[in-house]
Amino acid sequence: MTNLLNPLVLLLLIPLAGTFLLWLIPGGRKSLVRWVALLTSLIAFGYSLWMLSQFQSTDPGLQLGVKIPWLQFGSTTVHFEVAVDGLSILMVMLTTFLTPIAILSTWTAVKEKVKGFMAFFLLLEAGMLGVFLAQDMILFYVFWEFTLVPMYFLIGIWGGERKVYAAVKFFLFTMSGSLLMLAAMLWLGLTQGTFSLPQLEGVGGMVPAAAGLLFGAFALAFAIKVPMFPLHTWLPDAHVEAPTAGSVILAGVLLKMGAYGFLRFNIPLFPQVAVKAAPWLALLAVIGIIYGAATAFVQKDVKKLVAYSSVSHLGFVVLGIFALNPLGLQGGILQMVNHGLSTGALFLLVGMIYERRHTRQMDQFGGLWKVMPVFGTLTLLVVLSSVGLPGLNGFVGEFTILMGAYTSTAINYTLAAILAATGVILAAVYLLHMYQHVFLGPVTHEENRFLKDLNAREILTLVPLLAVSAWIGLYPKPFFAIMAPAVDKLIAIVQPFIAVVK
Amino acid sequence: MAAETLLWLIPLPPLAAFILITLVTSRKKALSHGIAIAGAGSSWLMSLLVFIQAIARPNLAENPIATSISWLPTGETALRIGVQLDNLSAVVLFFVAWTILMIFIYSVGYHNYGQPVGERDVPGMPPHGADVKDSHGHTHRVPSVEPMYSRFFGFLSLFAFAMYLLVVCDNLLLLYTGWEVMGLCSYLLIGFWYGKDSAKKAAMKAFMTTRIGDVFMLLGIVFLYTQAGTLNYREIFGNADLMHTLATTPAGFLGLSQAGGIGLLLFIGTVGKSAQFPLHVWLPDAMEGPTPVSAMIHAATMVSAGVYLAIRIFPLLSAGWEPGGALTPAMMVVGAVGAFTALFAATIAVAQNDIKRVLAYSTISQLGYMIAAVGIGAYTAAIFHLVTHAFFKALLFLGSGSVIHGVEHGVMHSGEHVDPQDMLNMGGLRKKMPVTFWTFLIGGLALSGFPIITAGFWSKDEILSGAFHGGQTVIFVTLALAALLTAFYTMRQITLTFLGQPRTEAARHAHETPWTMTLPLVVLSVFAVTAGWSGIPEHFPLIGGWLPNWFEHFTGAMLGHEGEPAAFSAVPLLVSVTVSLGGLTLGWLVYKGVKIAVDPLKKALGGLHNLLKNKYYLDELYNFLFIKPAIWISEVFTSRWMDRVVIDGILHAIARAFLWIGRLVRQGFDVPVVNAGGDALASGIKKGGAALQPMQSGRIQQYMVVTITLVMVFTAILFAILKLV
Repeated sequence: MTNLLNPLVLLLLIPLAGTFLLWLIPGGRKSLVRWVALLTSLIAFGYSLWMLSQFQSTDPGLQLGVKIPWLQFGSTTVHFEVAVDGLSILMVMLTTFLTPIAILSTWTAVKEKVKGFMAFFLLLEAGMLGVFLAQDMILFYVFWEFTLVPMYFLIGIWGGERKVYAAVKFFLFTMSGSLLMLAAMLWLGLTQGTFSLPQLEGVGGMVPAAAGLLFGAFALAFAIKVPMFPLHTWLPDAHVEAPTAGSVILAGVLLKMGAYGFLRFNIPLFPQVAVKAAPWLALLAVIGIIYGAATAFVQKDVKKLVAYSSVSHLGFVVLGIFALNPLGLQGGILQMVNHGLSTGALFLLVGMIYERRHTRQMDQFGGLWKVMPVFGTLTLLVVLSSVGLPGLNGFVGEFTILMGAYTSTAINYTLAAILAATGVILAAVYLLHMYQHVFLGPVTHEENRFLKDLNAREILTLVPLLAVSAWIGLYPKPFFAIMAPAVDKLIAIVQPFIAVVK
Repeated sequence: MAAETLLWLIPLPPLAAFILITLVTSRKKALSHGIAIAGAGSSWLMSLLVFIQAIARPNLAENPIATSISWLPTGETALRIGVQLDNLSAVVLFFVAWTILMIFIYSVGYHNYGQPVGERDVPGMPPHGADVKDSHGHTHRVPSVEPMYSRFFGFLSLFAFAMYLLVVCDNLLLLYTGWEVMGLCSYLLIGFWYGKDSAKKAAMKAFMTTRIGDVFMLLGIVFLYTQAGTLNYREIFGNADLMHTLATTPAGFLGLSQAGGIGLLLFIGTVGKSAQFPLHVWLPDAMEGPTPVSAMIHAATMVSAGVYLAIRIFPLLSAGWEPGGALTPAMMVVGAVGAFTALFAATIAVAQNDIKRVLAYSTISQLGYMIAAVGIGAYTAAIFHLVTHAFFKALLFLGSGSVIHGVEHGVMHSGEHVDPQDMLNMGGLRKKMPVTFWTFLIGGLALSGFPIITAGFWSKDEILSGAFHGGQTVIFVTLALAALLTAFYTMRQITLTFLGQPRTEAARHAHETPWTMTLPLVVLSVFAVTAGWSGIPEHFPLIGGWLPNWFEHFTGAMLGHEGEPAAFSAVPLLVSVTVSLGGLTLGWLVYKGVKIAVDPLKKALGGLHNLLKNKYYLDELYNFLFIKPAIWISEVFTSRWMDRVVIDGILHAIARAFLWIGRLVRQGFDVPVVNAGGDALASGIKKGGAALQPMQSGRIQQYMVVTITLVMVFTAILFAILKLV
């Protein structure tokens, strides 16, 4: 029983309790439903802050954890094992931070079936937290699949015109990847007699013949989720059809699950394969950076543009991770946070304009700065954070990743860093192109002439994101400090193999 | 207060002003410009205080005013950031402080403070003017105040912050930060009148073109950091072992040493920021911004920052070079780019009629001069010209703004539809705008290098003499030709604008501008003359040695040795006097008799004039070579073909194949399709499609049930497989 009072278990229970509470409220009382959902997510955030204060940032290992035997298969036990370390703590915080913001953004955007929406949303939060907290492979898998379902419905029910196509595409893409991952987990768990991740560290060395295949199975599942080129085509469709809050969480957190998977599975479990695969994954990442940017540039739909920009930005994350050195990994993890903040904010902004005009086509806009000065200014700040202007968060992440990639002995060709750097130019091209199209110039459409500027609630959803962006941009030290020991530990696992290969 | 503390504080007042104006005073015009000028003024005062301490400090080069804190712990190394003031940044700080303050004051008048609000004015467009009735009941059209007055001062303050930051910082990372924030401000201020299509495009072009340079610069910074483990100037340039290693290790490309490779990567940043060929195309278009912006960002400070960087990294570019010896490959590249740009831009300037565009090309050309000086190792000459140019070019830009303002006044009065920036529509303004005329004349003569009395002469002469003594004949001749053209187009500009008789009604009714605009002109014109006196060579005939060559000694100390005063030779001096006076005379002779709005050169040069007027068609060439193909690749190749046809095509084919197999299996064997194994894809499609149909209208409770069921099904499948295995 004391085990159940574990802080992390409680964190998982908060959104579930909220869901249960929502279930008791009559669906007609929409306003109450909204407040309950928002308060639940705020409590979860507040609680996670307390958890953060309990976290020892100098300790590289897993903390605050609990391990309860859960299921028994022959001689192998599946545990309900949750814990947090420097690799996951920022992801947990990102999840609890973005959820209330996303919920607040739906206040007027979601009018139908509010109760269901909020219930799925809180379920989704629980699922995402579970993914980042789970330290047992089967538990991880359960949470991983669990996040699919609410997201599937969020897109499929509250989505746009082609929601069915998008929802099915999203579901199938992820499912096909995760089935292979499940097979790999089962094989690994049953041959090794444990599903516990900490015990499986470096397991690739014990099964050298299968290590490559296992690595591949995991990598495929995560690459789809990230998504990496050429497995990215589900993303624009899903984003365009998803409701705003869904997009925020999809971009902000769900994609990070893929990158996080690389950190939690591929690298510590199969370090020797990771070292060999690093140049190739880096290549795909670099292609993704340029490809995503090029495609983003010609999108007519602002939301699609932002979706493709995610492909490009996540390319940076993967490049950093597979640099397999402290700079790259730290930059990669920080960039995961950065992308959650700035792309989350971009999706919020797109949602706000969509709510007013019911279109996202760029040619329907022009000169909006004049009409909506606050909206214009906030968008500019978010755009600048996304294009990596020094002083805001994006630059710190990109710069660290570039340094990591440049010095990486695992990636081994400096061309990767050089090509990735062009992504910095390209980001400015497509985002500023969008900005000038929508905000600058004369007002070209009569219906835009009297659009209302942002209200207090909308500003409130953006300000926290911008505040953290500025914090990271000006003083990133605390963020690096909290992940550094865990990253060093991860490096210690891989380092011997880098030395062997070179 | 200690100089170190002051140094930290210098950039902050404008930042505070920016925040205050944006958040609090955006509706109060007087308060906004008051705060902005107070901010710029405090920075100016602190800069001068620090400057005085700096020049009084013995051995400033080895012992600069410096302090730092740790900022970004990257892996094992902590990146420290800090401020420092050495000889180079001291002189840069001096001219930056003066020009920024003057331009702030000037902006008050330029944006028509105190004038009525125009009835047709809207934010995002230049003011159209307002009708007022005087006491006699006559209606006059007068200039109206800028609708986004406060915003302008906000942006200007942010810019000033970034420029100060760049000057006082002690490392390349902070320099890059200031550099990029200035790029942003440049974008915002060129596109200040964002309602204008041309301004919007110019802003985008400026940001993109400079960013191309910035990315190479960023790579250079990364490269340098990986080799040196630090980005602090002194720790890199002051570390003889490190510099030696960098100079002797090959970089692995183009046969350069690491020092040369890093130096050139960083230098590409300069090429973008200081508008050097081939990335110069943004600067002339940037004239779309309000004139104080052109003066501050695109003449005195931001573009100078590029040259400042080139001078800062001189030890890298010249690593392994002995004064008098053969140039390093990196120096040769820098020298060639600079000299070519100097001549190339000067030729274009000859054929431009827009008063600001002439100055824009002139700026490109003069920056080329400085870059060429860096390339040939004329280190102190480059700094010297950077300083003098900042003063006289800011003066000229502000003067041109004053001219435009005066002519606009005339346009409003006469109601003519003439371009108030076209010099062919002017003439005779010396009588209407005497202060503007005399100060512009001083600036123009300084730009032409009018002998002895102007600052431009001394700095330009020093560069020419450096090229001559360095044995760089090609560069020497190129720069001399550029100087000839410079004097020519400057005289053309002065003659067309101020001399002769007015060619339009508007010019006839032009008006001198208010004191807020003329006072900065007077202050800057003082520097346009006197700044040169600090660097008169000791061996100069007659007057050499009257004043100590302070500039040479002070900045030369940065190289670790007091530069040997170059032996005097009459050749460069004669050349520099001849081209200056010759160009001026020629310009006067060609343009003194222009009565109608046609350039006499047009007929004389024919097709060549057209080529120059259209800037060698480089914009069109870039469009054809780079922009069109890039758009094609992203639009047709990646977006339409790869994403939609290839990748999605394969996916859809797989889905169809599974559906087909599924149907075959069901029809053939009549077994349920649902099978958790291999054909989940097909079943998923069927289930997803079918399941969603009734759901559209269903009730929430049902979805929840479905969700829970699905989760349970997953878990069941999981355990089923577990059992099987």
